[in-house]
Amino acid sequence: MEHILSILIFFPALAATIGFVVHKDSIRAYAITVTAIEFVLSLVLWYSFDGNNPGMQFTEFLPLIASYGISYSVGVDGISLFLVIMTTLMTMISFIGLTEKRDLKHLMITVLYLEMTMIAVFLVLDAVVFYTFWELSLVPMFYIVGAWGGKLRIYSTIKFFLYTFTGSLIMLVGMLYLGYVYFQTTGTWSFNLQDWYMLQLPFDMQLWLFAAFFFGFAIKVPMFPFHTWLPYAHGQAPTIGSVILAAVLLKMGTYGFIRFSLPLFPDASVYFTYPMATLALIAIVYTAMVAYAQEDMKQVIAYSSVSHMGVIILGTFALNVEGIGGSIFLMLSHGIVSGALFMLVGVIYDRRHTKMIKDFGGLALVMPKYATIFGIMLMASVGLPLTIGFVGEFLSLLGFFKVSPILTIIAGLTIIFGAVYMLVMYKKSFFGPCNNPENKNLEDVKGRELVALIPLVGLVVLLGVYPKMILGPIDKSVTNLIEVMHTKAVSPTTKARILELNSIGEVKK
Amino acid sequence: MIPAIEVDFASLNIQTLAPMLVAIVGALAILCIDLANKSLDKSLYIILTVLFLLVDLGMVFGYNGAVRGFFDIMMVDGISVLAQVTVLVLSVAFVLLAFSKQKLQEYRYPEYFALYLFAVAGFQFMVSSDSLIMIFVGLETSSMAIYTMVAMHNRMKTIEAAIKYFTMGALATGFFAFGAMIFYAITGTVELGKVSEILVSSEFNNYGLVLLGVTFMIGALGFKLSLVPFHSWVPDVYEGSTAALAGFMSIVPKLAGFVVAIRFFEIFVASDNAWVTAILYGTVVLTMTIPNVIALLQTDIKRMLAYSSISNSGFAMGAILIGTTQATTGLFLYWILFFITNLGGLAMLWMNRNKDYHTFNSDHDLEKYAGLIKTSPITACIMGLFLLSLAGIPPFAMFWGKMYLLGAAVNAGYIVLAIIMALNAAISAFYYLRPIVYMFLKDNEHEGIKHMANATPIIKVVVGACAIVATISIFMIEPLISIISYYIQISGF
Repeated sequence: MEHILSILIFFPALAATIGFVVHKDSIRAYAITVTAIEFVLSLVLWYSFDGNNPGMQFTEFLPLIASYGISYSVGVDGISLFLVIMTTLMTMISFIGLTEKRDLKHLMITVLYLEMTMIAVFLVLDAVVFYTFWELSLVPMFYIVGAWGGKLRIYSTIKFFLYTFTGSLIMLVGMLYLGYVYFQTTGTWSFNLQDWYMLQLPFDMQLWLFAAFFFGFAIKVPMFPFHTWLPYAHGQAPTIGSVILAAVLLKMGTYGFIRFSLPLFPDASVYFTYPMATLALIAIVYTAMVAYAQEDMKQVIAYSSVSHMGVIILGTFALNVEGIGGSIFLMLSHGIVSGALFMLVGVIYDRRHTKMIKDFGGLALVMPKYATIFGIMLMASVGLPLTIGFVGEFLSLLGFFKVSPILTIIAGLTIIFGAVYMLVMYKKSFFGPCNNPENKNLEDVKGRELVALIPLVGLVVLLGVYPKMILGPIDKSVTNLIEVMHTKAVSPTTKARILELNSIGEVKK
Repeated sequence: MIPAIEVDFASLNIQTLAPMLVAIVGALAILCIDLANKSLDKSLYIILTVLFLLVDLGMVFGYNGAVRGFFDIMMVDGISVLAQVTVLVLSVAFVLLAFSKQKLQEYRYPEYFALYLFAVAGFQFMVSSDSLIMIFVGLETSSMAIYTMVAMHNRMKTIEAAIKYFTMGALATGFFAFGAMIFYAITGTVELGKVSEILVSSEFNNYGLVLLGVTFMIGALGFKLSLVPFHSWVPDVYEGSTAALAGFMSIVPKLAGFVVAIRFFEIFVASDNAWVTAILYGTVVLTMTIPNVIALLQTDIKRMLAYSSISNSGFAMGAILIGTTQATTGLFLYWILFFITNLGGLAMLWMNRNKDYHTFNSDHDLEKYAGLIKTSPITACIMGLFLLSLAGIPPFAMFWGKMYLLGAAVNAGYIVLAIIMALNAAISAFYYLRPIVYMFLKDNEHEGIKHMANATPIIKVVVGACAIVATISIFMIEPLISIISYYIQISGF
């Protein structure tokens, strides 16, 4: 078990490289097998993961540029464990449900490379190597959106690439500066996160560095006002691209906030709570309204993603165990739910070659199974209790309630707005008479699509009813994270604030 | 009666000249061979050039005498050894590109290879001296050789390129002579070390004159290093010459130029001279930014790479502005990694050279590469790799150079410069992506384009080696840094 993390990271890349020799007619079976093995490996990791240990496990260390403190250093804790499992799961599911016909081999090999970068981002503990994989993940996605996308695909893929690339470069300057500060303080170079966690930074410096990292992460999340690339990328991407983009790539941004911004800059995080919350609230309310106005099913889900990512940010900046734990859970649930929704849109797009809501109506009559699955996923997306969406949303909002009840109430509108735009879309396309003759003979979901979707439905219900098996390890690591923040904070007000925020459930003295 | 000058031969330390002499003798040998037999194939001359360069390299490695030699004109310090080794390795790699399938006019003349060796000798003189006169001689030797090499190509745009290059080069020569003259007038010496001592001890007395001299020198070096506003010749000259020669010109002369610039600007950067630093700062920022913006509009890949190489000079020049040991190490690291990537990229263009003048506006029009992934996936992937590396996408070679330079800027307190560099890297990503968009995302509308028409196994090996090195460069950074910083520290920069 010693090198399981490296195996997890590099197995897809190795498989992709070897995959060039597999004949293109058999590549689907090959890719599904590879991702299935990868998924099983991630389950093995979960099995051997010690849920009571809040720190990094299965760590590996290999110096790369020793004189500059850059090393290949990986480790997994409760925060990253489930994101990795979700990544392997969603990649496998998206392969199973894949219906693309053009250049299948190129597509599948690209996605396998993408899987490597995604898993590495969640596991790597060295800032520069993290950055390496973070940037590298743009390349396969660039190709996927650009080569298999819709009409505006080249415009959207370049927009996606440049937007995220620019933000990350500013983050890189921040990282290099932080490395330099570490060198000045300790006399040795290191870009290792665990070393950085020991570093206490002066308040002003924290503010600047927080801002530098903010650009990298906020564009990826995406937070308002940096979200404009997302509807294009989602709208134009092929189904598999949308699924992976929504399920995993967006989570890299929020993961970055939790892994870097909070523990490295605790004072700045407290200082910026309200600005961040305001941006998150704008995203929640504004994009929910925009989602309501969309005529394209995929765009509705794309904007709903931005809205939900706002809730995740809100939970993260609640700065207490409930909020952060809830936001991590929401990342997982949003990954599963939005991934499934994009796949569902893909199913109907394959049949009708349109995603416009106005072209549909009465689909529930012709495609009852499809309508049921769509309904369940939609409820989960809205946050119906006993579905996976409720747990994370509830915990995030609960956490933020401690910060500001009023803002939480506004954020709570997300559930209502979500219900409005989702249900309206559902009503328009699934209920009512089936007037359009082209819709009369549509085939219901079948075979491969069902195999892909049923497990997700199962997870939505299972984790909605019993989320504890995941929340347990997350809780441990988040508590640890809060402790790091507390010890690292330089100003006493920050310390007091963090303690105060983490007093949910305690008896008032 | 004038007393006879007595010089002990041993004190001349003639060994310092040995490496350059090898190259010069090699060039003369090639000319003699041609006199004896006119009908020899180019492959002979290419391999002879490689051999002489390797012997030259051995001489550089084998040198372990005193730093000074030949009436103190030669100065073989750490940075000189490092630069000579790099120049020689780079030149070997570039001359191998002459193994092209197509028969080109210039390769029929053995003089081409003789000139090549003369140019290399010139670079070696440039980097191993701190006397402005010796630098001038080296600069002229190499420039004269390259002017001719450009002119030997026989395409329509070549004459324009050669004349442009020659006239601009002549102007730069004039600048250099004037600059050297002014410094001689102020300090009474042409040795940069002594110039520095005198200037610093007199606290930059005659500051107006010093600035005038600096201006002339920036003009002269700026031409060689293609700094804005002395860059306008670059795209035309690159377009007029072959991709192989363009690659050589974008890397090797500039490396020699950087060494001269390091020696020269060190005087001012080390003493924190406000005006000169400000001028340099402005030049660096403009050189990074303006060509980047112009490159966005290019439709020919070679012209685009020309502008990109100007912008990359700006990046490297930033290291001279920063002036720390880490920055100078970063400059060499950056340039070596840039060499690997640019050699690969231009060699790919070189192999795709064809004699079809009609379908497209230019030889390497973006349209020509449309849909390449469908027809020849490996070519497309390798080209994509080099372009991504140029754009600074990790883990490919150029990223580490960029990162190291950014780190050097941050560590020296040049945060604003670091951010400008970062933003420029983002701008440049757009034009590096454009060929990728054409190759991977668009479909080809023209029938019957022949790709790889100029490819031979040897060039393919060169490109393959570059591609592998560019991919796994992360493992080379540590050894490279330790070697480079060793040589730079022993020469005190």
